Amino acid sequence: MATPNTPLWEVFIRSRNGLAHRHCGSLHASDATMALQAARDIYTRRGEGLSIWVVPSGAITASDPAEKGMMFEPAESKIYRHPTFYEVPEEVGHM
Amino acid sequence: MYTQALNNNSDAADRTIEDAAHTTAFQARIDAEARIEPNDWMPAAYRKTLVRQISQHAHSEIVGMLPEGNWITRAPSLRRKVALLAKVQDECGHGLYLYAAAETLGASREELVDAMLAGKAKYSSIFNYPTLTWADIGVIGWLVDGAAIMNQIPLCRCSYGPYARAMIRVCKEESFHQRQGYEIMLTLCRGSAAQKAMAQDALNRWWWPVLMMFGPPDQASQHGDASTKWKIKRFSNDELRQKFVDATVPQAQYLGLSIPDPGMTQDEEGHWRHGAIDWSEFKQVLAGNGPCNRDRLAARRKAHDDGAWVREAAAAYAEKRKFRQAAQAAE
Repeated sequence: MATPNTPLWEVFIRSRNGLAHRHCGSLHASDATMALQAARDIYTRRGEGLSIWVVPSGAITASDPAEKGMMFEPAESKIYRHPTFYEVPEEVGHM
Repeated sequence: MYTQALNNNSDAADRTIEDAAHTTAFQARIDAEARIEPNDWMPAAYRKTLVRQISQHAHSEIVGMLPEGNWITRAPSLRRKVALLAKVQDECGHGLYLYAAAETLGASREELVDAMLAGKAKYSSIFNYPTLTWADIGVIGWLVDGAAIMNQIPLCRCSYGPYARAMIRVCKEESFHQRQGYEIMLTLCRGSAAQKAMAQDALNRWWWPVLMMFGPPDQASQHGDASTKWKIKRFSNDELRQKFVDATVPQAQYLGLSIPDPGMTQDEEGHWRHGAIDWSEFKQVLAGNGPCNRDRLAARRKAHDDGAWVREAAAAYAEKRKFRQAAQAAE
């Protein structure tokens, strides 16, 4: 019997207190516990992390970069969401 | 964000259909220094070249643990031993980052590893040479890692995103590898006459194989042109080799060692020009007839076979837990 491929996991590491977990790579492991241990050994050999998330790769739903135009179009036209849209007289100073 | 799983989308097949418009748009993105990501359309030949190159690079990191691992138990001090252990662990990690990058192109880890174990995939010719004395560990760090870094720094700007990002991480971690090697050489060269002779002997044996690490001369390289066009390769083999020689000769002089090349000269521009490389030796090593080819493959196969029960047990345990959870959920 052919051995089934070992599941793939995506690894996210929080490098410092207050920062978000950031994607740093992927690895193969049979289950979540082993994925966490492997992530520690592969991605934090120099103490790069305070905490690790591992997520089954198949569980990630991603938008298609080829369709980014349609996907992000709603924000394109809303320039009034940026501070530079509003005029403040120079005499008023920085705001 | 990239994952291998994303490549299994049903429309992934559509993305590989080649047409002129796609190819032109692809090349335009490359020319504009954009990074290509796993789910982007790419020519089949680009994908194939990258899978070959990244997996060979990964195999080299993994096989590269063997010559150095040979000296871990015999390191002359605790300082040297912990450094060597950390270096070998790094090489394992680097192999794994690289396999993961290759997998984003749709290759499976199992296929890649099997191709290496079957002797079908190549790895760097340098790891088919033996580490006969402790000085070899010094020379490997100084020169083999030095040459690898010379190759890898331009790869940090390679057009394929996951490969470039893996290289940035690898280069960052590898900076200590070369330094610890040079420190070993310096210590030996400042030691007894016998220690210095051992350092010179190691340099004599490794010098030419290290120059061969940069690959065949430009006029004979089979992968150069397309890789350059695709910005996978930013410098030619000969350019990188020359940079390496220019950087290394003064380091050897500082150590008081001589480069084993009677034909070496310095030109008016200050470049050190090496003598003729024996490419027949390189071909022999690539063909499987280097001093350690059979040993290296046998060691990798044994490690893979000896680890089979661990992989099976882990899979069985994961399966059992899944069944239990399903049963509990059904209660």
